[in-house]
Amino acid sequence: MSGVRVLVGTRKGAFTLTSDGKRKKWDVSGPHFAGWELYHVKGSPVDPDRLYASQSSGWFGQLIQRSNDGGKTWEPVGNKFAYDGIPGTHQWYDGTPHPWEFKRVWHLEPSLTDPDTVYAGVEDAALFKTTDGGQSWEELSGLRGHGSGPKWAPGAGGMCLHTILIDPSNHDRMYIAISAAGAFRTDDGGATWKPINQGLRSQYIPDPNAEVGHCVHRIAMHPSKPNTLFMQKHWDVMRSDDAGDSWHEVSGNLPTDFGFPIDVHAHEPETIYVVPIKSDSEHYVPDGKLRVYRSRSGGNEWEALTKGLPQQDCYVNVLRDAMAVDSLDSCGIYFGTTGGQVYASADSGDSWAPIVRDLPAVLSVEVQTLA
Amino acid sequence: MIRVALPEHLRNLAKVGTEVELDVPPPVTPAKILDVLESRYPMLGGTIRDYGTLRRRAFVRFFACGEDLSHEPADLPVPDAVANGTEPFLVVGATAGG
Repeated sequence: MSGVRVLVGTRKGAFTLTSDGKRKKWDVSGPHFAGWELYHVKGSPVDPDRLYASQSSGWFGQLIQRSNDGGKTWEPVGNKFAYDGIPGTHQWYDGTPHPWEFKRVWHLEPSLTDPDTVYAGVEDAALFKTTDGGQSWEELSGLRGHGSGPKWAPGAGGMCLHTILIDPSNHDRMYIAISAAGAFRTDDGGATWKPINQGLRSQYIPDPNAEVGHCVHRIAMHPSKPNTLFMQKHWDVMRSDDAGDSWHEVSGNLPTDFGFPIDVHAHEPETIYVVPIKSDSEHYVPDGKLRVYRSRSGGNEWEALTKGLPQQDCYVNVLRDAMAVDSLDSCGIYFGTTGGQVYASADSGDSWAPIVRDLPAVLSVEVQTLA
Repeated sequence: MIRVALPEHLRNLAKVGTEVELDVPPPVTPAKILDVLESRYPMLGGTIRDYGTLRRRAFVRFFACGEDLSHEPADLPVPDAVANGTEPFLVVGATAGG
Protein backbone atom coordinates (compact mmCIF):
# COMPACT_ATOMS: atom_id res chain seq x y z
CA MET A 1 0.00 0.00 0.00
CA SER A 2 1.50 3.30 -1.02
CA GLY A 3 1.58 6.25 1.32
CA VAL A 4 3.04 9.65 1.92
CA ARG A 5 5.16 11.26 4.60
CA VAL A 6 5.04 15.04 4.83
CA LEU A 7 8.06 16.65 6.48
CA VAL A 8 7.22 19.99 8.05
CA GLY A 9 9.74 22.48 9.39
CA THR A 10 8.42 25.18 11.71
CA ARG A 11 9.63 28.03 13.88
CA LYS A 12 9.56 25.74 16.90
CA GLY A 13 10.32 22.23 15.74
CA ALA A 14 9.75 19.63 13.03
CA PHE A 15 6.70 17.47 12.44
CA THR A 16 6.08 14.42 10.31
CA LEU A 17 2.61 13.79 8.93
CA THR A 18 1.91 10.37 7.49
CA SER A 19 -1.00 8.87 5.63
CA ASP A 20 -1.85 6.06 3.27
CA GLY A 21 -2.41 6.65 -0.43
CA LYS A 22 -5.92 7.94 0.15
CA ARG A 23 -4.49 10.89 2.08
CA LYS A 24 -7.61 11.29 4.21
CA LYS A 25 -6.46 10.23 7.68
CA TRP A 26 -3.20 11.51 9.08
CA ASP A 27 -0.88 10.67 11.91
CA VAL A 28 1.03 13.62 13.32
CA SER A 29 4.41 13.12 14.98
CA GLY A 30 6.36 15.85 16.73
CA PRO A 31 7.59 18.27 17.66
CA HIS A 32 11.05 16.97 16.93
CA PHE A 33 13.79 19.32 18.14
CA ALA A 34 11.19 21.25 20.11
CA GLY A 35 11.87 24.93 20.42
CA TRP A 36 14.36 25.10 17.53
CA GLU A 37 13.80 26.60 14.12
CA LEU A 38 13.64 23.93 11.43
CA TYR A 39 14.24 25.72 8.17
CA HIS A 40 14.13 22.57 6.09
CA VAL A 41 13.69 18.79 6.35
CA LYS A 42 14.13 16.61 3.29
CA GLY A 43 14.55 12.93 2.46
CA SER A 44 16.90 11.20 0.07
CA PRO A 45 15.22 10.20 -3.21
CA VAL A 46 17.19 6.93 -3.24
CA ASP A 47 16.69 6.02 0.43
CA PRO A 48 13.42 7.42 1.80
CA ASP A 49 14.38 6.53 5.35
CA ARG A 50 17.41 8.80 5.15
CA LEU A 51 16.31 12.28 6.20
CA TYR A 52 18.25 15.46 6.78
CA ALA A 53 17.10 18.41 8.86
CA SER A 54 18.42 21.92 9.27
CA GLN A 55 18.01 22.86 12.92
CA SER A 56 18.98 26.31 14.07
CA SER A 57 18.56 28.82 16.82
CA GLY A 58 19.48 32.41 17.42
CA TRP A 59 21.12 31.31 20.64
CA PHE A 60 22.90 28.13 19.70
CA GLY A 61 23.52 28.42 15.98
CA GLN A 62 23.27 25.74 13.35
CA LEU A 63 22.92 21.98 13.65
CA ILE A 64 22.31 19.33 11.03
CA GLN A 65 20.35 16.26 12.05
CA ARG A 66 20.20 12.97 10.17
CA SER A 67 17.73 10.13 10.48
CA ASN A 68 18.20 6.64 9.10
CA ASP A 69 14.74 5.39 10.00
CA GLY A 70 12.34 7.83 8.40
CA GLY A 71 12.39 10.31 11.25
CA LYS A 72 11.79 8.02 14.22
CA THR A 73 15.27 8.74 15.60
CA TRP A 74 17.82 11.40 14.76
CA GLU A 75 21.50 12.03 15.32
CA PRO A 76 23.39 15.29 15.02
CA VAL A 77 26.04 15.26 12.31
CA GLY A 78 28.51 17.89 11.18
CA ASN A 79 27.62 21.53 11.64
CA LYS A 80 30.84 23.20 10.62
CA PHE A 81 30.17 25.43 7.62
CA ALA A 82 33.40 27.27 6.91
CA TYR A 83 33.70 29.40 3.81
CA ASP A 84 36.52 28.42 1.53
CA GLY A 85 39.52 30.69 1.89
CA ILE A 86 39.16 34.33 2.83
CA PRO A 87 35.40 34.92 2.61
CA GLY A 88 35.60 38.45 1.22
CA THR A 89 32.68 40.85 1.19
CA HIS A 90 29.26 41.28 -0.32
CA GLN A 91 27.17 44.42 -0.44
CA TRP A 92 25.39 45.45 2.75
CA TYR A 93 22.01 47.17 2.92
CA ASP A 94 23.67 50.58 2.89
CA GLY A 95 25.81 49.73 -0.12
CA THR A 96 29.01 49.24 1.85
CA PRO A 97 31.11 46.06 1.67
CA HIS A 98 30.19 43.58 4.41
CA PRO A 99 32.09 40.42 5.33
CA TRP A 100 30.50 37.09 4.52
CA GLU A 101 29.17 35.59 7.77
CA PHE A 102 27.58 32.18 8.10
CA LYS A 103 24.17 32.35 9.76
CA ARG A 104 22.09 29.28 8.94
CA VAL A 105 21.21 26.56 6.46
CA TRP A 106 18.05 27.38 4.55
CA HIS A 107 17.78 24.40 2.24
CA LEU A 108 19.09 20.84 2.08
CA GLU A 109 18.99 19.06 -1.27
CA PRO A 110 19.94 15.37 -1.17
CA SER A 111 21.60 13.89 -4.23
CA LEU A 112 19.41 12.02 -6.69
CA THR A 113 21.73 9.01 -6.59
CA ASP A 114 23.65 8.86 -3.30
CA PRO A 115 22.04 9.12 0.15
CA ASP A 116 25.31 10.36 1.66
CA THR A 117 25.63 13.30 -0.72
CA VAL A 118 23.68 16.44 0.11
CA TYR A 119 23.88 20.07 -0.97
CA ALA A 120 23.21 22.84 1.54
CA GLY A 121 22.17 26.38 0.67
CA VAL A 122 23.16 28.78 3.40
CA GLU A 123 22.95 32.40 4.57
CA ASP A 124 25.16 34.38 3.87
CA ALA A 125 24.69 32.91 0.44
CA ALA A 126 26.90 29.98 -0.44
CA LEU A 127 26.55 26.36 -1.49
CA PHE A 128 28.04 23.53 0.56
CA LYS A 129 28.26 19.82 -0.15
CA THR A 130 28.73 16.71 1.95
CA THR A 131 29.60 13.29 0.59
CA ASP A 132 29.76 11.52 3.95
CA GLY A 133 26.20 11.80 5.14
CA GLY A 134 26.60 15.21 6.69
CA GLN A 135 29.66 14.58 8.83
CA SER A 136 31.69 17.19 6.97
CA TRP A 137 30.75 20.03 4.64
CA GLU A 138 32.81 21.69 1.95
CA GLU A 139 31.94 24.87 0.14
CA LEU A 140 31.54 24.81 -3.64
CA SER A 141 33.27 28.15 -3.75
CA GLY A 142 33.09 28.59 -7.50
CA LEU A 143 29.67 30.11 -6.91
CA ARG A 144 30.78 32.91 -4.62
CA GLY A 145 33.95 33.18 -6.68
CA HIS A 146 32.04 33.70 -9.87
CA GLY A 147 32.95 37.36 -9.77
CA SER A 148 29.66 39.02 -9.00
CA GLY A 149 29.77 38.07 -5.30
CA PRO A 150 30.83 41.53 -4.09
CA LYS A 151 27.64 42.92 -5.71
CA TRP A 152 25.26 40.48 -4.02
CA ALA A 153 23.04 42.07 -1.38
CA PRO A 154 20.64 40.61 1.17
CA GLY A 155 16.89 40.78 0.82
CA ALA A 156 14.73 41.60 3.81
CA GLY A 157 14.97 37.98 4.96
CA GLY A 158 18.73 37.86 4.68
CA MET A 159 21.10 36.88 1.90
CA CYS A 160 20.04 33.28 1.59
CA LEU A 161 20.65 30.56 -0.93
CA HIS A 162 17.23 28.92 -0.80
CA THR A 163 16.73 26.94 -4.00
CA ILE A 164 18.80 24.01 -5.27
CA LEU A 165 17.60 22.04 -8.29
CA ILE A 166 19.49 19.09 -9.75
CA ASP A 167 18.86 18.21 -13.38
CA PRO A 168 17.82 14.54 -13.31
CA SER A 169 19.05 14.00 -16.86
CA ASN A 170 22.46 15.56 -16.24
CA HIS A 171 23.65 15.62 -12.64
CA ASP A 172 26.44 18.03 -13.48
CA ARG A 173 23.80 20.65 -14.17
CA MET A 174 22.30 22.38 -11.15
CA TYR A 175 20.39 25.56 -10.57
CA ILE A 176 20.45 27.66 -7.42
CA ALA A 177 18.77 30.90 -6.43
CA ILE A 178 19.73 33.59 -3.97
CA SER A 179 17.79 36.44 -2.44
CA ALA A 180 18.68 39.02 -3.59
CA ALA A 181 21.31 38.11 -6.14
CA GLY A 182 19.37 35.99 -8.60
CA ALA A 183 19.59 32.58 -10.24
CA PHE A 184 22.75 30.74 -11.25
CA ARG A 185 23.52 27.55 -13.17
CA THR A 186 26.44 25.17 -13.17
CA ASP A 187 27.12 22.69 -15.97
CA ASP A 188 30.15 21.09 -14.36
CA GLY A 189 28.92 19.78 -11.03
CA GLY A 190 29.35 23.05 -9.16
CA ALA A 191 32.89 23.98 -10.11
CA THR A 192 31.85 27.03 -12.13
CA TRP A 193 28.63 29.01 -12.31
CA LYS A 194 26.94 31.56 -14.53
CA PRO A 195 24.17 33.97 -13.62
CA ILE A 196 20.94 33.21 -15.49
CA ASN A 197 18.87 36.33 -15.01
CA GLN A 198 18.34 37.70 -18.51
CA GLY A 199 14.75 38.76 -18.92
CA LEU A 200 14.11 39.42 -15.25
CA ARG A 201 12.85 42.92 -14.57
CA SER A 202 13.12 44.19 -11.03
CA GLN A 203 11.67 47.45 -9.87
CA TYR A 204 14.29 50.07 -8.99
CA ILE A 205 17.14 48.26 -10.73
CA PRO A 206 17.91 50.81 -13.43
CA ASP A 207 19.79 48.43 -15.73
CA PRO A 208 17.21 46.17 -17.44
CA ASN A 209 20.00 43.72 -18.21
CA ALA A 210 21.46 43.64 -14.70
CA GLU A 211 23.42 40.43 -14.26
CA VAL A 212 22.64 40.18 -10.53
CA GLY A 213 20.52 41.93 -7.92
CA HIS A 214 17.20 40.19 -8.55
CA CYS A 215 15.22 38.89 -5.60
CA VAL A 216 14.32 35.41 -6.81
CA HIS A 217 12.00 33.76 -4.32
CA ARG A 218 11.81 30.25 -5.72
CA ILE A 219 12.42 28.15 -8.83
CA ALA A 220 10.67 24.90 -9.76
CA MET A 221 11.30 22.29 -12.43
CA HIS A 222 9.56 19.17 -13.67
CA PRO A 223 11.98 16.25 -13.92
CA SER A 224 10.78 15.33 -17.42
CA LYS A 225 11.47 18.84 -18.76
CA PRO A 226 14.61 19.99 -16.98
CA ASN A 227 15.24 22.87 -19.38
CA THR A 228 11.93 24.46 -18.44
CA LEU A 229 12.06 26.44 -15.23
CA PHE A 230 9.35 28.33 -13.39
CA MET A 231 10.23 31.18 -11.08
CA GLN A 232 8.36 33.12 -8.44
CA LYS A 233 10.27 36.35 -8.21
CA HIS A 234 9.73 39.06 -5.59
CA TRP A 235 7.23 40.39 -8.07
CA ASP A 236 6.48 38.46 -11.28
CA VAL A 237 6.04 34.82 -12.13
CA MET A 238 8.58 33.91 -14.80
CA ARG A 239 9.33 31.04 -17.15
CA SER A 240 12.40 29.86 -19.01
CA ASP A 241 12.52 27.21 -21.72
CA ASP A 242 16.26 27.31 -22.28
CA ALA A 243 17.66 26.26 -18.91
CA GLY A 244 17.53 29.78 -17.56
CA ASP A 245 19.37 31.52 -20.38
CA SER A 246 16.33 33.73 -20.89
CA TRP A 247 13.13 34.36 -18.98
CA HIS A 248 9.71 35.73 -19.84
CA GLU A 249 6.84 36.69 -17.61
CA VAL A 250 3.81 34.40 -17.24
CA SER A 251 1.97 36.23 -14.44
CA GLY A 252 -1.05 36.60 -16.71
CA ASN A 253 -4.31 37.05 -14.83
CA LEU A 254 -3.01 36.50 -11.30
CA PRO A 255 -4.56 38.92 -8.80
CA THR A 256 -1.03 39.81 -7.68
CA ASP A 257 2.21 38.36 -8.92
CA PHE A 258 4.05 38.74 -5.60
CA GLY A 259 4.55 35.51 -3.71
CA PHE A 260 7.02 32.96 -2.48
CA PRO A 261 6.46 29.30 -3.46
CA ILE A 262 5.99 27.83 -6.91
CA ASP A 263 5.71 24.15 -7.77
CA VAL A 264 4.93 21.81 -10.67
CA HIS A 265 2.40 19.00 -10.84
CA ALA A 266 4.09 15.59 -10.63
CA HIS A 267 2.59 14.24 -13.83
CA GLU A 268 1.76 17.38 -15.84
CA PRO A 269 4.85 19.45 -16.61
CA GLU A 270 2.78 22.43 -17.71
CA THR A 271 0.61 22.53 -14.59
CA ILE A 272 2.05 24.87 -12.01
CA TYR A 273 0.97 26.33 -8.68
CA VAL A 274 1.57 29.61 -6.87
CA VAL A 275 0.08 31.36 -3.85
CA PRO A 276 -0.31 35.08 -4.60
CA ILE A 277 0.49 37.38 -1.69
CA LYS A 278 -0.86 40.91 -1.47
CA SER A 279 2.44 42.79 -1.70
CA ASP A 280 5.99 43.06 -0.46
CA SER A 281 4.80 45.32 2.32
CA GLU A 282 1.76 43.25 3.27
CA HIS A 283 2.85 39.64 3.48
CA TYR A 284 -0.53 37.93 3.52
CA VAL A 285 -3.03 36.67 1.01
CA PRO A 286 -5.18 39.31 -0.73
CA ASP A 287 -8.74 40.03 0.34
CA GLY A 288 -8.52 37.75 3.37
CA LYS A 289 -8.86 34.72 1.06
CA LEU A 290 -6.39 31.87 0.93
CA ARG A 291 -6.23 30.88 -2.74
CA VAL A 292 -3.81 28.65 -4.55
CA TYR A 293 -3.61 29.52 -8.23
CA ARG A 294 -3.11 26.81 -10.82
CA SER A 295 -2.12 27.18 -14.43
CA ARG A 296 -2.53 24.20 -16.74
CA SER A 297 -0.84 26.02 -19.59
CA GLY A 298 2.56 26.69 -18.07
CA GLY A 299 1.55 30.16 -16.96
CA ASN A 300 -0.41 33.20 -18.13
CA GLU A 301 -3.83 31.59 -17.60
CA TRP A 302 -4.54 30.96 -13.96
CA GLU A 303 -7.50 29.63 -11.99
CA ALA A 304 -8.13 30.14 -8.31
CA LEU A 305 -8.38 26.99 -6.19
CA THR A 306 -10.50 27.72 -3.15
CA LYS A 307 -12.51 24.63 -2.19
CA GLY A 308 -11.71 23.83 1.41
CA LEU A 309 -9.52 26.88 1.95
CA PRO A 310 -10.61 29.82 4.15
CA GLN A 311 -12.24 32.55 2.07
CA GLN A 312 -12.63 35.21 4.68
CA ASP A 313 -10.57 36.80 7.45
CA CYS A 314 -7.44 34.90 6.50
CA TYR A 315 -4.13 36.75 6.70
CA VAL A 316 -1.41 34.16 6.47
CA ASN A 317 1.64 33.88 4.26
CA VAL A 318 3.10 30.82 2.57
CA LEU A 319 6.89 30.84 2.57
CA ARG A 320 9.13 29.84 -0.31
CA ASP A 321 9.97 26.31 0.79
CA ALA A 322 6.52 25.53 2.16
CA MET A 323 4.90 23.85 -0.86
CA ALA A 324 5.45 20.34 -2.21
CA VAL A 325 3.85 17.74 -4.44
CA ASP A 326 3.67 13.97 -4.14
CA SER A 327 3.83 11.60 -7.10
CA LEU A 328 0.73 9.55 -6.43
CA ASP A 329 -2.09 9.42 -8.93
CA SER A 330 -3.84 11.81 -8.55
CA CYS A 331 -1.06 14.18 -7.61
CA GLY A 332 -1.14 15.50 -4.06
CA ILE A 333 -0.32 19.14 -3.33
CA TYR A 334 0.71 20.38 0.13
CA PHE A 335 1.50 23.72 1.64
CA GLY A 336 2.03 25.21 5.08
CA THR A 337 1.23 28.68 6.33
CA THR A 338 2.70 31.15 8.75
CA GLY A 339 -0.45 30.55 10.77
CA GLY A 340 0.56 26.96 11.40
CA GLN A 341 -1.85 25.19 9.08
CA VAL A 342 -0.75 22.47 6.68
CA TYR A 343 -3.22 21.94 3.85
CA ALA A 344 -3.34 18.96 1.53
CA SER A 345 -5.11 18.29 -1.72
CA ALA A 346 -5.33 14.72 -2.99
CA ASP A 347 -6.83 15.79 -6.32
CA SER A 348 -4.26 18.11 -7.88
CA GLY A 349 -5.63 21.14 -6.07
CA ASP A 350 -9.33 20.85 -6.85
CA SER A 351 -10.16 20.53 -3.15
CA TRP A 352 -8.25 21.02 0.06
CA ALA A 353 -8.40 20.03 3.69
CA PRO A 354 -6.14 20.87 6.62
CA ILE A 355 -3.95 18.07 7.94
CA VAL A 356 -3.15 20.16 11.01
CA ARG A 357 -4.27 23.64 11.95
CA ASP A 358 -2.25 24.85 14.90
CA LEU A 359 1.43 24.21 14.41
CA PRO A 360 4.02 26.95 14.89
CA ALA A 361 4.61 29.06 11.79
CA VAL A 362 5.52 26.74 8.94
CA LEU A 363 8.88 27.33 7.27
CA SER A 364 9.06 24.35 4.95
CA VAL A 365 7.03 21.45 3.62
CA GLU A 366 8.41 18.45 1.76
CA VAL A 367 6.63 15.24 0.89
CA GLN A 368 7.88 11.73 0.30
CA THR A 369 5.87 9.26 -1.73
CA LEU A 370 6.40 5.88 -0.10
CA ALA A 371 6.08 2.51 -1.78
CA MET B 1 35.71 17.68 38.91
CA ILE B 2 34.24 20.77 37.32
CA ARG B 3 30.45 21.00 37.27
CA VAL B 4 28.86 22.55 34.19
CA ALA B 5 25.16 23.34 33.99
CA LEU B 6 23.76 23.51 30.46
CA PRO B 7 20.52 25.06 29.19
CA GLU B 8 17.68 22.73 28.31
CA HIS B 9 18.23 22.75 24.53
CA LEU B 10 21.86 21.76 24.90
CA ARG B 11 21.07 19.13 27.54
CA ASN B 12 18.63 17.57 25.10
CA LEU B 13 21.16 17.76 22.31
CA ALA B 14 23.93 16.14 24.35
CA LYS B 15 21.49 13.77 26.10
CA VAL B 16 22.70 14.72 29.57
CA GLY B 17 21.12 15.78 32.84
CA THR B 18 21.09 19.16 34.51
CA GLU B 19 24.84 19.13 35.11
CA VAL B 20 27.84 17.39 33.59
CA GLU B 21 31.10 16.77 35.41
CA LEU B 22 34.36 17.36 33.61
CA ASP B 23 37.97 16.74 34.47
CA VAL B 24 39.63 20.02 33.55
CA PRO B 25 43.33 20.47 34.29
CA PRO B 26 44.33 23.62 36.21
CA PRO B 27 44.33 26.49 35.82
CA VAL B 28 40.64 26.17 35.03
CA THR B 29 39.38 28.80 32.60
CA PRO B 30 36.15 29.13 30.61
CA ALA B 31 38.07 28.33 27.42
CA LYS B 32 39.46 25.09 28.89
CA ILE B 33 36.08 24.10 30.30
CA LEU B 34 34.57 24.51 26.84
CA ASP B 35 37.47 22.65 25.22
CA VAL B 36 36.85 19.64 27.44
CA LEU B 37 33.07 19.94 27.15
CA GLU B 38 33.17 19.97 23.33
CA SER B 39 35.67 17.12 23.30
CA ARG B 40 33.40 14.97 25.48
CA TYR B 41 30.22 16.05 23.66
CA PRO B 42 31.14 16.86 20.05
CA MET B 43 27.56 17.68 19.17
CA LEU B 44 27.93 20.85 21.26
CA GLY B 45 30.61 22.18 18.94
CA GLY B 46 29.56 25.51 17.51
CA THR B 47 26.56 25.88 19.80
CA ILE B 48 28.20 27.81 22.65
CA ARG B 49 31.03 29.50 20.80
CA ASP B 50 31.87 29.97 17.14
CA TYR B 51 34.02 27.35 15.49
CA GLY B 52 36.45 29.71 13.88
CA THR B 53 36.85 32.56 16.31
CA LEU B 54 36.01 30.61 19.51
CA ARG B 55 34.05 33.67 20.55
CA ARG B 56 31.04 33.14 22.79
CA ARG B 57 27.86 33.15 20.74
CA ALA B 58 26.11 36.47 21.19
CA PHE B 59 23.11 35.29 23.21
CA VAL B 60 24.89 32.70 25.32
CA ARG B 61 26.04 33.86 28.74
CA PHE B 62 28.36 32.42 31.39
CA PHE B 63 27.64 32.77 35.12
CA ALA B 64 29.33 31.43 38.26
CA CYS B 65 29.15 32.21 41.96
CA GLY B 66 26.59 34.94 41.33
CA GLU B 67 28.82 36.72 38.83
CA ASP B 68 28.40 37.29 35.12
CA LEU B 69 31.60 36.01 33.51
CA SER B 70 30.35 36.49 29.96
CA HIS B 71 32.51 39.47 29.21
CA GLU B 72 35.62 38.28 31.03
CA PRO B 73 38.53 36.97 28.97
CA ALA B 74 38.01 33.28 28.25
CA ASP B 75 41.52 32.44 29.42
CA LEU B 76 41.08 34.06 32.87
CA PRO B 77 40.81 31.52 35.74
CA VAL B 78 37.30 30.89 37.00
CA PRO B 79 36.48 31.42 40.72
CA ASP B 80 37.99 28.86 43.10
CA ALA B 81 34.55 27.53 44.00
CA VAL B 82 34.06 26.52 40.35
CA ALA B 83 37.58 25.15 40.01
CA ASN B 84 37.14 22.91 43.05
CA GLY B 85 33.65 21.79 42.06
CA THR B 86 31.73 23.49 44.86
CA GLU B 87 29.81 25.71 42.46
CA PRO B 88 28.76 24.97 38.87
CA PHE B 89 29.81 26.89 35.79
CA LEU B 90 26.52 28.00 34.29
CA VAL B 91 25.98 28.19 30.54
CA VAL B 92 22.77 30.16 30.07
CA GLY B 93 20.89 30.38 26.80
CA ALA B 94 18.20 32.99 27.14
CA THR B 95 18.17 35.83 29.58
CA ALA B 96 16.13 38.03 27.26
CA GLY B 97 14.25 37.74 24.03
CA GLY B 98 11.44 35.55 22.80
